[in-house]
Amino acid sequence: MTIRMTINGREYETDAHPMMPLLDVLRESCRLTGTKYGCGEGECGACTVIMNDELVMSCMVPVMQAGGAEIETVEGLARVAENGEEILHPVQQAFLECGGAQCGICTPGMVMAGVHHLRHPDRAPGGLREALEGNLCRCTGYSAIFRAMEQAAKTGHPE
Amino acid sequence: MIASNPVRYRAYVPVGVEEALEQKAAIENLLPIAGGTEVMVLLNEGLLAPCPVQSLHQLAGDWRGIRESDGSLIIGALATYTDVRHHPVVCERYPLLVESAKVTGALQIQNRGTLVGNIVNGSPAADTVPALFVYEANIRLLSSSGERVISINEFYTGYRKTILRSDELISEIILPAPPDGARHYYRKVGTRAAQAISKVVVAGIRTDHETKLAWGSVGPTTLRALKTEKAIAGGASPEEAAVVLMEELAPMDDIRSTRNYRLAVSRNLVMDFIHKTKE
Ligand SMILES: Cc1cc2nc3c(=O)[nH]c(=O)nc-3n(C[C@H](O)[C@H](O)[C@H](O)COP(=O)(O)OP(=O)(O)OC[C@H]3O[C@@H](n4cnc5c(N)ncnc54)[C@H](O)[C@@H]3O)c2cc1C
Ligand code: FES
Ligand code: FES
Repeated sequence: MTIRMTINGREYETDAHPMMPLLDVLRESCRLTGTKYGCGEGECGACTVIMNDELVMSCMVPVMQAGGAEIETVEGLARVAENGEEILHPVQQAFLECGGAQCGICTPGMVMAGVHHLRHPDRAPGGLREALEGNLCRCTGYSAIFRAMEQAAKTGHPE
Repeated sequence: MIASNPVRYRAYVPVGVEEALEQKAAIENLLPIAGGTEVMVLLNEGLLAPCPVQSLHQLAGDWRGIRESDGSLIIGALATYTDVRHHPVVCERYPLLVESAKVTGALQIQNRGTLVGNIVNGSPAADTVPALFVYEANIRLLSSSGERVISINEFYTGYRKTILRSDELISEIILPAPPDGARHYYRKVGTRAAQAISKVVVAGIRTDHETKLAWGSVGPTTLRALKTEKAIAGGASPEEAAVVLMEELAPMDDIRSTRNYRLAVSRNLVMDFIHKTKE
């Protein structure tokens, strides 16, 4: 079965087995290695992506369930300006400025959860902490991440 | 990353309910997948015995909705925790379901996981099941030869054992209207606030005439504490009710907690329930 998806606005086709986790397809078949593997158990959030405007853990999605889906990964966030310069998404920029990343393993998932939260704050009535509840970080102690998110919320987002 | 070879799981993707039921009847050992948050953990860990699988995602049009019907609320088998949490009627009439959905996993899990998956998985620690017990939910089981509607209170026969037949799929959960003026109570006690499996979980409702209390993680299945309910409805003090409850629960030692801890927490929770639901 050939599975087609749109990833960061580009069409992809894969012959991966239908039960292959979306995470493995992103990393191995599509060579989009920004999305990280942490646990494979839905516990850590490192593999978080946005699928059809919903935040999901890509290790928990058999790729057959992503057929026809619109997927956004960390690679799709930055934009290229007319002068060819890469402009980071405000959430990425804020992580950079606030020290929101140390080893960086949690960062792509954390950033995707943050981006989703800025788009849909209503999904987490408990606020930022609830929005990032599914994303573990072993390095930063979270404070710098929360600061980055507060800054990103102020600078706004170009979407 | 994935510790299993996916080729060992032949995948079926029915596009309609009839096709799904035909497959379920014809193919031995066919394992349905709704949100996949139970199945994928096993797959990734290499713990899922090879079997054919059936992804139900194409049935979303039929089975994802939440609707009212004759005073009941129908929750489709593919409705997610997120669907439930944000549904106005659920929020208004079934707050215990909202509470239990909110404390299940994190947002990513809630966006994928289904209440029906939580029911069928059969863990005594399942967080939505106590809420469904006190609301006396019914579930509709379909097969190619017919259907039956049974009370969730009769669904479990033992630890991870249910009456679901191998040719059946659950199509929906049917919630009768909750009693008027009910006071609601839900508490999950785990190791941390987010992403933790329950050591004890309790859901309860209380009116001036009756009390319903369902407990998880303190026995082989979710259970109703019927004697304790009666004692509370009959005016027992918190201490008296706790004594009755201790005889009704049968928790075990396991990797998450101990029998004694679970009993101590349950004792405190039933007293808290009585205080908080007084009027
Ligand atoms: C990180 C993480 C955290 C979690 N936290 C919690 C928690 O806090 N509380 C909790 O209770 N659970 C928790 N879970 C467990 C899980 O998310 C829930 O049990 C969820 O409801 C399962 O639903 P699903 O649709 O994803 O199930 P699936 O994995 O798709 O299926 C689970 C079982 O149900 C069967 N099934 C599904 N739909 C049907 C149907 N229509 N008819 C017949 N059989 C069916 C499947 O065959 C399978 O046996 C967690 C899981 C993870 C990975
Ligand atoms: S790798 Fe998916 S949640 Fe950890
Ligand atoms: S920066 Fe290392 S895990 Fe978060």
